[in-house]
Amino acid sequence: MASTLRFVNGRVYDPANNIDGEVRDICIKNGKVVDSLPDDTPSIDASGMVIMPGGVDIHSHIAGPKVNLARKLQPEDHRHDPHPGTNFTRSGSGGTVPSTFATGYRYATLGYTTVMEAAVTPIGALHTVEELHDTPVIDKGFYLLLGNNIYLQTLLKEGRHDEFKQAVGWWINKTKAYTAKLVNPGGDEPWKGKRNSNVTDIDEKSDLLNISPRDVIEAFVKTVNELGLPHPPHIHCNNLGHSGNYKTTLETMKTAGDLRMHLAHIQFHSYGGEPGKNPDSKAVEIAEYVNTHPNITCDVGQVMFGKSTIMTADAPLAYLLRGFKKGKWVNADAECESGCGILPFSYQEHVFTHALQWAIGLELFLLSEDPWRIMLSTDHPNGGSFMSYPKLIRLLMDKEFRKEEIGKVNQKAIAKTNLPSLDREYTLNEIAIISRAAPARALNLKHKGQLGPGADADITIYDDQEDKEMMFNAPRYVIKSGEMVIEDHEFRNDYYGKILHSAPEFDEEISEDIRPFFEKYYSIEFENYGVADHYLHEHEIIPRVSS
Amino acid sequence: MSLELSMHTRPQVPLEAELLGPDKTLGLDSKAVSGLQIQHGNEQVTVGDFFKVKGKGEGAIHLEGDLARVKLLGSGMTTGKLHIHGDVGEHLGVGMSGGEITVDGNAGDWVGPEMAGGRIVIKGNAKHLAGSAYRGSAAGMLGGEIFIHGHAKNEIGHGMRNGLIVIGGNAGDFTGVNMLAGTIVVLGEMGIRSGAGMKRGSIITMNPAEMLPTFSYDCIYHPVYLRLLFRALRTQGFNISDAKLTGKYQRWSGDSVELNKGEILVFTP
Repeated sequence: MASTLRFVNGRVYDPANNIDGEVRDICIKNGKVVDSLPDDTPSIDASGMVIMPGGVDIHSHIAGPKVNLARKLQPEDHRHDPHPGTNFTRSGSGGTVPSTFATGYRYATLGYTTVMEAAVTPIGALHTVEELHDTPVIDKGFYLLLGNNIYLQTLLKEGRHDEFKQAVGWWINKTKAYTAKLVNPGGDEPWKGKRNSNVTDIDEKSDLLNISPRDVIEAFVKTVNELGLPHPPHIHCNNLGHSGNYKTTLETMKTAGDLRMHLAHIQFHSYGGEPGKNPDSKAVEIAEYVNTHPNITCDVGQVMFGKSTIMTADAPLAYLLRGFKKGKWVNADAECESGCGILPFSYQEHVFTHALQWAIGLELFLLSEDPWRIMLSTDHPNGGSFMSYPKLIRLLMDKEFRKEEIGKVNQKAIAKTNLPSLDREYTLNEIAIISRAAPARALNLKHKGQLGPGADADITIYDDQEDKEMMFNAPRYVIKSGEMVIEDHEFRNDYYGKILHSAPEFDEEISEDIRPFFEKYYSIEFENYGVADHYLHEHEIIPRVSS
Repeated sequence: MSLELSMHTRPQVPLEAELLGPDKTLGLDSKAVSGLQIQHGNEQVTVGDFFKVKGKGEGAIHLEGDLARVKLLGSGMTTGKLHIHGDVGEHLGVGMSGGEITVDGNAGDWVGPEMAGGRIVIKGNAKHLAGSAYRGSAAGMLGGEIFIHGHAKNEIGHGMRNGLIVIGGNAGDFTGVNMLAGTIVVLGEMGIRSGAGMKRGSIITMNPAEMLPTFSYDCIYHPVYLRLLFRALRTQGFNISDAKLTGKYQRWSGDSVELNKGEILVFTP
């Protein structure tokens, strides 16, 4: 292991430390960035190259039971895209849902070193942790689905707010999760009880428990804040994909008051129009709200044309979509906690809705006034594979290219948006923000997304090229925790990152309250639930944050 | 002169010979072909380790010996002729789009999966899944012809979308399962559950067959196109009597759990 490394003459983009393209040296010692190294340390010349912190993906689906189900559902996807091993790395298979090994290596080949799995049921947490152990290079964590948990909703209904807080703390600890994820809060349970039923309004009370999505969201925003979890509740709003859903999205954001909230794949929640009819773009309204409310962060969930796999805990949505595609699909129930739906999908340029979704995502990026709060994601693999990030970056950085691409898609859809009038081009610094610094900040990962002294030595070095797609497709060097994983575009090392999780304080007594409920309704033993400490390999507890 | 390969060592585990196609060896001399790298189990070997190679790649290949453990011959073939003088292993002519493969002996599973064009002739028997879709794929055979003079086993033409499969002998169960379109002719007997889940397409058989309850009887008639089809098949060496050429057929339509636009035609003497 090379314990020291020095790169000289590279152009550094480190927005967290206000370094915007300055030529300076980057020194690495024992897995951390340091101020300087002795003069006799050998150095690597990085002139003509761009140095950025390793990428941080705030919202992606890479491990767990639903991801595995999507793999099993699509053997044809793997057959067409084998991922051969090298002298240093293991083999796997690709497609829109790559195998664990291929996922880690492919993220690394784009320069990403930290990825968060965005939706895991508590009952699937152990499976997820096991898969994450086998996902190489990247550091990783996961968000826990708690928005349709019957036990928690019963507490809310009964007004037992302190127990609610303790129970959320118990669940996060028990499963080694990072924060709470809400998916179509309050909507899955009615759907599981009765075909085609769902909540359609944020204030609609469900027949079952007589609480509304707003009650659930409010409780989580407050609780997550009180528990001091490093990342606010990660919310997939109600009505995803439905025309006119932007109102729900605005109402969801208002529910936060001035507390922190993260909205996932906001593109899918920015549609105008009447329910059941063709949507139009409400990117302007959504972007304006986000721009003027610094407590809100979001990731875009850009749609990229080509094959994708819809995988969501929003079971009613998957059921709806399966009617359009008429192909294979899966719907699964996760006991008292969540639902799940998966279907292979493809976004096509000529289809009105797909082109509109694509355009709305780009609008949101281009209308964003604060790149620190609107981040890059494709909601992999829902909007498209993470492998399409380089193309997305080019779309943002190169308006001529964007114009060409706009010309190729459904023009009726484009006419419903402001996309052609937006001339903005992202700078390298802004790209470094939306793909690195901002997600790290939103996740409160203080040692990531930056290159100041003491930061984790997760570093990506690109050849500076005119074609940004080419540039971001193939970093010359990728360093993970001080190890040279990729050198001259080739793997030189294998590395297994750690699991990042939170451990909020809570009152142990709550487990005695959960146990009877559990024993009555769950299919597994209470003692077998969650992730015991000995299952964790390398891990790091992210300390509590005070609001 | 065409390329001639005769097997001198029988492989212990299957050889993956997707490189041995007339188009992929075009212009290569015997030395170059001997040096081609192929997979033998988990190790890389050369063609010369198992075959004696003569001649030059000029669009035709003759293979001799016991090739029952040689897989993936003629994969992705676009043109030329591949003649196998003996038995052959699985996955013959995967996704081929042109040219002709002739097998004098028997073939393994997966003859011509997802093929789009060209012709495969098996003089002996074939096993399961000829002309099928690989697991997970939406469609199987997209075009071309598969002629099996002997018997075939289960799931012939699974998910096939176009093209023609002819079985001279008997077929196993699930003939034409999930078929999207295309034609399957079985001159012998079919097993059970033929056409299960078929959307469109035709399955023609010369013997009484057990119909699924989701198939409904339509009529007895003489489809004109059968005369044309059978005349063409006679030229391919299939034995079809005049009675069948001009005879009447029961028409059953199904599968009604799907589109119900498929048909099974059963010869009625």
